[in-house]
Amino acid sequence: MAVHTVKAYDAELEVIDRKIAEMGGIAEKMLADSMEALTRLDVELARRVVESDPRLDALQREIEEQAVLTIARRQPMAVDLRELVGAIHIAGDLERTGDLAKNIAKRTIKISADARVPRAIVGIKHMGELASMQMKDVLDAYSQRDVERARAVWGRDAEIDALEDSVFRDLLTFMMEDPRNITFCTHLLFCSKNLERVGDHATNIAETIQYMRTGETMPTERPKGAQ
Amino acid sequence: MTDVMTKDPLTSDASPPASAVDAKVSIKNLDFYYGESRALKDVNLKLEANRVTAFIGPSGCGKSTLLRVLNRMYDLYPGQRATGQVLLDGKNILDPGVDLNLLRARVGMVFQKPTPFPMTIYENIAFGVRLYEKISKSEMDGRVEAALKGAALWGEVKDKLDASGLSLSGGQQQRLCIARTVAIRPEVILFDEPCSALDPISTAKIEELIDELKSRYTIAIVTHNMQQAARVSDRTAFMYLGELIEFDDTPRMFTSPAQQRTQDYITGRFG
Repeated sequence: MAVHTVKAYDAELEVIDRKIAEMGGIAEKMLADSMEALTRLDVELARRVVESDPRLDALQREIEEQAVLTIARRQPMAVDLRELVGAIHIAGDLERTGDLAKNIAKRTIKISADARVPRAIVGIKHMGELASMQMKDVLDAYSQRDVERARAVWGRDAEIDALEDSVFRDLLTFMMEDPRNITFCTHLLFCSKNLERVGDHATNIAETIQYMRTGETMPTERPKGAQ
Repeated sequence: MTDVMTKDPLTSDASPPASAVDAKVSIKNLDFYYGESRALKDVNLKLEANRVTAFIGPSGCGKSTLLRVLNRMYDLYPGQRATGQVLLDGKNILDPGVDLNLLRARVGMVFQKPTPFPMTIYENIAFGVRLYEKISKSEMDGRVEAALKGAALWGEVKDKLDASGLSLSGGQQQRLCIARTVAIRPEVILFDEPCSALDPISTAKIEELIDELKSRYTIAIVTHNMQQAARVSDRTAFMYLGELIEFDDTPRMFTSPAQQRTQDYITGRFG
C-alpha cells in the first residue's frame, strides 16, 4: 500500500503493528508453556506463565492508548480506521488468550500435588496443539494481512469444538469411575473450556483481519462442531 | 466482536439505500468546458430530495465546477459551457430557454466566504425576497424572522435587525447568508465550502443547521474537510480530474470505499 503523505502517520501505525506482533508472541508462548506445564505437571514453568501475564496486559493498554491517540490526531478513514479499530479488537483477543493460558497454569499448580488419570490429559493436550496452531496461523495471517489464511483459520474452529465435546465425555467417565478423580478432572474440564475459548479468540482475530482488509464481515454463522 | 461483525453497519444507517429515494436533480452525461479545457467529463449523478450530498476531491477535480453548473452560475462568464443534461424535477436546466432568475431562486447557493451586503441585517434578507416577490411589510417581517430562525440566527440578532450585516462575526455572517438563501424558499441549496473560513464552533453551528435544513431542502455541499463530509452528508461523491470516481452512501465511502483512488485520497495517501 502507498505510504501516507504525512510520514509520522505511518510511523504511528507501525508502532501499533509491532506491539500487536509482540503481544502475539507472548500469548503464543504462554499458551504453549501452559500446555507444557500441564502435561508435565511442571509447577515452575506454570509460575513463569503466570508471571508473564502483566506484560501482555501492559501491551494491550499501550496499544489502546496509541490507537485512541492516533484516531484523535489523524481522524483516520477507510482502511486506516479499520486497521486501528481492528488493532484494538485483536489486542483484546490476545490479552484474553493470555488470561486463559494463565488460568491453565494456575490450575496446573493446584492439581500438581494430586495428579490422577494421566490419560485424561491426552485429549486436552491435543486440544492445546490445535489451539496453538490456530493462534499461530491467525497471527501469521495478521502479519501478512492474508485474508485467505484468516478465512482458513475461521473455518477450522469446528475441530476444536468437536474435540472439546469428546474431552468432556472422557472426563465425565473418569469422574464416574472414581469420585476421587472429581477435583482433578474438574480442573481439566476448565482447562478444556479455556482452550476452546482460545480457539474462539483465534476466529475473532480471523474475522477482524477480514474486516480490516476488505471492510466486509464473515458470514453470520461459522461452521460448528457437533453439539 | 462477532456481533459487530455480523451486523452490517453500512446498511443499518438511518437513511434508506440510494435507489429508494427520489432524485431531485439528475445529472446526465455532463461535460463542462472552460474555453477549450474540459473540466467535467461525462458526469452522471443524482441528488436525492431531502438528502445531503457531499462532493470531495483534490483542488481542481471539478467539484466546485459541478456545483456552479447546478444553478448555472457559469453563465455569468463568457467561454464557459456545459453539455449534457441537468434535470431539476425532470426539466433540463441547461436548456437555453430556462429563466435564470427563477432557476437561482429555486437553487440557492452559499459561498466559501460569507458575503453579506453592506446593509442592515433585515435588508440583507428582504433585499433578495423583493427581487422575486411583492409582499407587505408585515409579511416581510414574518419572512425575515422565519429565515433567521431557519438559519439559527434569530436569537442572536432579533434585537439588532437594523445593525449592519457586516457587524456580525464570520460564523454569524455565514448564517445570515444562509438565512438570505432560505428566505427565497429555494428547493435546492448548494454549499461551496461554507465553513472553510470559520472557527470550529461556528462550523459546528453550520453543520447542525445543514442537518436541520435537509428535512426541507435538497442539499449539495463541496468541502475540503473530509471529516465534515463524513459528518454532514448522506451520500458522498469523490471526484478526480473532472471525473466522478465513486459515489456511494457516506458511511461506506469513509469506511470501505470500493475504488483504490478514493481510498488513497481519504486516507491521505494521495500523490
